[in-house]
Amino acid sequence: MNQILDFEKPIIDLRDKITELKKISTESEIDLTNEVKELEKKLNILEEDVYSNLKPWNRVQMARHQQRPTTLDYISEIFTDFIEFHGDRYYGDDEAIVSGIAFYNDEPITVIGHQRGKATKENIKRNFGMPHPEGYRKAIRHMKQAEKFDRPIVCFIDTKGAYPGKQAEERGQSEAIAYNLLEMAGLEVPIVCIVIGEGGSGGALALGVGDHIHMLENSTYSVISPEGAASILWKDPALAEKAAESMKITSYDLKEFGVIDEIIPEPKGGAHRSLEEQAKNIDKVLTASLKELNQYNVTDLLENRWLKYKRIGEFSEETL
Amino acid sequence: MLLKRIFPRKGKTTNVSDNNGKKDVPEGLMTKCVNCKTIYISKELEQNLNVCPNCDHHYQQNAWQRIESIFDEDTFEEWDKELLSTNPLGFPEYLEKIDKDREKTNLNEAVVTGKGLIDDLPVAFTVMDARFRMGSMGSVVGEKIARAVERAKDENIPFIVFTASGGARMQEGVLSLMQMAKISVALKRHSTAGNLMISVMTDPTTGGVSASFASQGDYNFAEPGALIGFAGRRIIEQTIREKLPADFQTAEFLLKHGQLDQVIHRHKMRETLSTILKIHDKNNRPPSRRQEAGGIK
Repeated sequence: MNQILDFEKPIIDLRDKITELKKISTESEIDLTNEVKELEKKLNILEEDVYSNLKPWNRVQMARHQQRPTTLDYISEIFTDFIEFHGDRYYGDDEAIVSGIAFYNDEPITVIGHQRGKATKENIKRNFGMPHPEGYRKAIRHMKQAEKFDRPIVCFIDTKGAYPGKQAEERGQSEAIAYNLLEMAGLEVPIVCIVIGEGGSGGALALGVGDHIHMLENSTYSVISPEGAASILWKDPALAEKAAESMKITSYDLKEFGVIDEIIPEPKGGAHRSLEEQAKNIDKVLTASLKELNQYNVTDLLENRWLKYKRIGEFSEETL
Repeated sequence: MLLKRIFPRKGKTTNVSDNNGKKDVPEGLMTKCVNCKTIYISKELEQNLNVCPNCDHHYQQNAWQRIESIFDEDTFEEWDKELLSTNPLGFPEYLEKIDKDREKTNLNEAVVTGKGLIDDLPVAFTVMDARFRMGSMGSVVGEKIARAVERAKDENIPFIVFTASGGARMQEGVLSLMQMAKISVALKRHSTAGNLMISVMTDPTTGGVSASFASQGDYNFAEPGALIGFAGRRIIEQTIREKLPADFQTAEFLLKHGQLDQVIHRHKMRETLSTILKIHDKNNRPPSRRQEAGGIK
């Protein structure tokens, strides 16, 4: 079943109408070719209009689309010989994060990412892509392995946030995230982070301290979910749409803030329209990223990483 | 030593009655403890470092009270107090709120950074002030802390942070989130150079602050009763649909679950920090084994 987003409704309606006309045309021998052509032209214009004028909230909807490709989808499209490894060695295996090694352009690489499900059963198994501390600890364990064996790391970010649960707190959700930030800061191999869906706050950032950060065109990255922002600002989570507007969470906003490096284009209508095309677009940017990062020695790599984060933020500095 | 702490020097003490945080010291001449309901003279509480003389309940200290209670007299020099917030997201009334808090607290932002001496040992220091936008972290807070850490690294001295924060500041959106990364990278550089970092979490330390530098010390401490956690209690209760125990996300709860090195009473704070600094003092020590071996990482 394909999930239809409200703003796409006119497009779907028109498409249905065209299909119907075509059917009538073949069944009843009335020539409707011109009418169909006319409508197809209209459809093109309408699609162009809708998809090139997406509002922030529409992008949130896209980022959350049920059929939107996940980390594992991209892994199977982009990498070869992927082998998944499990467990943090302390407590358990968190299936909200997948992690393993593979070849990329014939070179070894470590691949890590948040993993959500598309259907309910899978989502429950994956805890809706919201990790516990053991997920982050598994991730950093594998990142340190990547450092040991001198292979670059790519992280796919796709989470509403770290799981807000009782046991997550007991096992140190804060510490797990904080530790990842600190350790990623010093890893002596290139790290490329790609936001593929939702980049929800600290739970996203815990896989996000990289040398390059890219975002899919319709993904989001934010300090708080639009619903959370709305309930704090206006005491009403239903105003999420308005909050999405004011929080500046789209790839275009983050590019303007200088937080991300590249916006990775999506197929018309979103990543879920063509996994193959989307994977190709990611592949292109990732290849370029690694080509650039691979030429730095460790000193330059870490210095550049510091300079990248050092300049993020806006303030004024004047004598009072 | 302790007496000197309990009876602070005259002149610089800030009036505690202008604090209006929920759990903070109430206004007026007389104070009723929110915890044990004992009534005493407000001045008495202030002179006891905002700790209830009867039940040991720790009230919040503001940034300068903290500095007074930790550093050798008149040794603290403040850094970067001319940094001011802008309004990168164009949030309505944001700058007005900032101005109001600046007036109320006499601070430029929710954090004071600088350098001072603790029993003659130099320390780069950061203390957050929960009266200013709930101690939340935006670009200025992040920048001030990152600069303080970087200076600590350049001067090869320890870095101590006292946190008090609701987390990342919503009004600066993803820029606030990225301050977590910025400070983490700075701290990693400070740490790799072999320098000491101590974090003391005070009430409250939550969200993006607890999930970054507050938890990144070589030693992570907390004050008694401090609220410390990643997600808010209400959010967790809504998510898991059960009531959480009363001590959930307190300093003592974290200690029990292995998340803290110690819970330290405020009256013992300076003493404890001083001892740790002495143990880590690099002066008058032979070159480290690592240096001897030619700097192997």
